[in-house]
Amino acid sequence: ALAERTNLAGVRHILLVLSGKGGVGKSTLCTELALALRSAGKRVGILDVDLCGPSIPRMLRVQDSAVHQCASGWVPVCLGQDGALALMSIGFLLERPDDAVVWRGPKKNALIKQFVTDVAWGDLDFLIVDTPPGTSDEHISTVEALRPHQLLGAVLVTTPQ
Amino acid sequence: AEAAELRERLRAVRHTVLVLSGKGGVGKSTFSALLAHGLAADETKQVALLDIDICGPSIPKMMGLEGEQVHQSGSGWSPVYVEENLGVMSVGFLLSSPDDAVIWRGPKKNGLIKQFLRDVDWGEVDYLVVDTPPGTSDEHLSIVQYLGAARIDGAVIVTTPQEVSLQDVRKEINFCHKVKLPIIGVVENMSGFVCPKCRNESQIFPPTTGGAEKMCQNLNVSLLGKVPLDPQIGRSCDRGQSFLAEAPESPATLSYRNIIQRIQEYCEQHHSQEEKIM
Repeated sequence: ALAERTNLAGVRHILLVLSGKGGVGKSTLCTELALALRSAGKRVGILDVDLCGPSIPRMLRVQDSAVHQCASGWVPVCLGQDGALALMSIGFLLERPDDAVVWRGPKKNALIKQFVTDVAWGDLDFLIVDTPPGTSDEHISTVEALRPHQLLGAVLVTTPQ
Repeated sequence: AEAAELRERLRAVRHTVLVLSGKGGVGKSTFSALLAHGLAADETKQVALLDIDICGPSIPKMMGLEGEQVHQSGSGWSPVYVEENLGVMSVGFLLSSPDDAVIWRGPKKNGLIKQFLRDVDWGEVDYLVVDTPPGTSDEHLSIVQYLGAARIDGAVIVTTPQEVSLQDVRKEINFCHKVKLPIIGVVENMSGFVCPKCRNESQIFPPTTGGAEKMCQNLNVSLLGKVPLDPQIGRSCDRGQSFLAEAPESPATLSYRNIIQRIQEYCEQHHSQEEKIM
């Protein structure tokens, strides 16, 4: 059988950051975790599957960046001189930052599948997946699309109340 | 025919207010619960609180109704009543255990929302308050579609002062414009904290880009009010009590009451304008 090198083949660890609740600090944690791992010399990617409220671009000050295509798919936005932090978010695909993504489930699912399989991540030590609050389309689709790959696990974020 | 059935069911609802935000965790459910309590303080008004956050329903706990179940009658599902004039409906009442996850895709969520509107026997309602999950997706499209944008008095959009919230809220404002939903105004929660000991004010969530005030100016929407952080709010919510009743002297209570009054005035004006047209 042909061994197809998928876009996630070079990713060593994939972890999801989840919460049932909104506004508890998922995106903040993803950002800080990614930066800390990069400081420790790791190659890190963040996949932002919050399609309605993507926070990752602004948190890393790259909200004005755009995404390009290459032969293997989309090229993530890379930060830093060494490009050791790679990002993908719907935020980079919007024409205007205030544009609302008013999509029902099926359309969201299609984009998430693309985000998982069609981003040319290259070699990463960690891919951190930031999610929206809830247990719905985005979460089901992300987990299904990631199933063939080794998922390290999920970090759950909450606040005390 | 389906749309006609829904409209028939909701004919006895005088005013409908949607509580929205692009952002999670800013206080939509808290505000929805307090708005419902505030409106129901007038015992002559019949208030209904509908929670369409299917994955994370907070309303049952906030209203002190955890563990309640929905009963069926000949005329449909019966809302759970907190007071005689305040009825509540939420998916939370349909779960066998409060920790059960509702892991549904969009179409199934839409189906339940339709049922909430079609099968719940709300009776005559002066105010229907609808609490929503964060985002601009299935739940939001469905509620606007099923209620009919024209029949909704308007949306109250909740935010907190920081830019990370505002950037999602601007999207929500655009959503409202897109679906022709009038915006009653914006509420800025967690707007400053006054220490009960030293009385110093801190900005826990600094408005680095001017907060809701600047955003409202830029987008030409009304700022209904700013509500300061008060740890008692979270405590009351956790205990299912009305914060307005538990802390009547809090600056946050004063803010909430002013905002609720402005919403009432907006609805009354909206209604009398409609009557003039008719």
